[in-house]
Amino acid sequence: MKLGFLVDLNLCMGCKGCEVACKVENEVPLSTWRLRVKYIDIGTFPETSRNFTPLRCNHCANAPCERICPVSALHYLDNGIVNVDSERCIGCAGCVMACPYGAIYIDPETNTADKCTYCAHRIESGMMPACVVACPVEANIFGDIEDETSHISRYIMEHQGGVQVRKPEKNTNPHHFYVGGGNQTLNPLAHERIEGYGLFNNITHLKHVGDPNHSLLDRFVAPFVGHEKLDNKSLMDLESQAQENKGGH
Amino acid sequence: MDHGTAIEATKAVVTLDVALPGIIWGWMITLNMWAKSIGTGVILVGAFLLYRHKKEEMPNLRWLMPLISSIALNVFLLFTLIDLHQPLRMINIFLHPHWTSAITVGAWMATLFTALITLLALIGFFDQHPDVRRHCGLAKKIRGMSGVYEKIFPFVVVLAIPVTLYTAVIMAESSARELWQAPAELIQMLMAAFMVGSATLVLIADKWSENARKDLALVLALAVFFSFLMYMGEYFFSFKSAEAEMTLTYVHSGGEYNVQFWAAMLLGFIIPFFVAFGSLKEYNKTLMKFAAVTTLIGLYMAKDVWLKIPQLLPLS
Ligand code: SF4
Ligand code: SF4
Ligand code: SF4
Repeated sequence: MKLGFLVDLNLCMGCKGCEVACKVENEVPLSTWRLRVKYIDIGTFPETSRNFTPLRCNHCANAPCERICPVSALHYLDNGIVNVDSERCIGCAGCVMACPYGAIYIDPETNTADKCTYCAHRIESGMMPACVVACPVEANIFGDIEDETSHISRYIMEHQGGVQVRKPEKNTNPHHFYVGGGNQTLNPLAHERIEGYGLFNNITHLKHVGDPNHSLLDRFVAPFVGHEKLDNKSLMDLESQAQENKGGH
Repeated sequence: MDHGTAIEATKAVVTLDVALPGIIWGWMITLNMWAKSIGTGVILVGAFLLYRHKKEEMPNLRWLMPLISSIALNVFLLFTLIDLHQPLRMINIFLHPHWTSAITVGAWMATLFTALITLLALIGFFDQHPDVRRHCGLAKKIRGMSGVYEKIFPFVVVLAIPVTLYTAVIMAESSARELWQAPAELIQMLMAAFMVGSATLVLIADKWSENARKDLALVLALAVFFSFLMYMGEYFFSFKSAEAEMTLTYVHSGGEYNVQFWAAMLLGFIIPFFVAFGSLKEYNKTLMKFAAVTTLIGLYMAKDVWLKIPQLLPLS
């Protein structure tokens, strides 16, 4: 059995239900995301379209994150899921440098790497990933891609020629597919992040990775004295981050 | 709302997304690479000088070379450790090694290398200073191991090569950062070691023979020359991939990284090249020391730019 994911972008309406369900199910801390739905606007008024692209870990069959992890904290499960053992992770961020899809983050509460695991804990007890359950239009299709009769396999066969993965040139062999995607939605270099064009906020880059109030010393003492309780303010210092908008390109 | 410029008809613009993380491997990793280049470089350049000249021509080399290397390597290991988000779990690299990872292989090699160099530094120091801790049992023991120095030195020189190169393999395994995906990085790592190795030795070469010092100038001149050529090649003619192109286009367009890159080229490469080249004819101690310091600063700045710029590119 090899589990795979497919998102039909023709169906997705950008409601972000999956994003919220993921946050809640996996208690993903503020300032980090396992799954996000990106809005991309194409064209000039009145010839415009808004496109929605849910982005998560691809569970690559040839995963650079697994290869670079010095302690095998990132490892394959028999069902093909690329899982994280946060007890073993040393927080070197090698995997963050290796994942071509920016799917891994350093959890500010545990100071270890984390990412989408296709809700491995739910799969274990026979449930579907939280995002799949939450989607009102069934745009998220999940199942065994080695079983020809599974919903996902049939969907892939039915849409032959129209099934895409992100950055195929990286040879990561993703087990996460898209239907209805195009270069402008799936290729991050094909769209721009222009300051002032954000719908609800203008923060394009985080100032800190993890908790800004977590000092180097805390990295050494936290295992003994525990972590400080985090709140919204400690994770997102919005005022100062607004200055950081020009951080990227 | 007037945003100043109209967006082309076919242009795609992100209108809602999460905030992306900025630079993750920052100055500590730069310092880590820089210190490692010094740690391995002084050994490689020192070995070359010992091969070409008699020991007596470089009287302080035997003890200062491993001492400097040991200090640099300990700085390197310290910053490797404190850059980890879970530093105390470093031990997992030894308890649960994953051998496909260059981080694992590198950590093992660098630890062994540092241990051996520290031993050489201790032997060299106590041999050089027979009056220090005369009656200390440990010092006596180390003095008794004097012969071990020459026995393990060749092994240490060979080990210095993979220890200096493995960071390039980590960068190659960082497949998200296209700018680092090149065999050129391997050669750049080696050149960096020769650059800062010779620059550091220049600072202790006052009492060396003229020929040994000129050799030092030769190594410095050649290393900065080839490294500079490669930086120029990569900076202007890099056709590695769309992502690498995009990264460089961003730097070409100006901004702080552009300034830092060119300042690095001037300090770390152009100044040292002309000074070292001039010193091949007539060695100028003051100028060479000045060039050595600018080399050390320039290489740090160049490494810093190269480390950070690909991390500014959105990956998804
Ligand atoms: S998408 Fe990234 S994190 Fe997920 S398996 Fe592939 S390389 Fe690893
Ligand atoms: S941060 Fe953790 S999971 Fe990622 S490579 Fe390092 S040890 Fe492995
Ligand atoms: S829940 Fe479904 S429709 Fe809503 S954003 Fe996610 S994939 Fe799209």
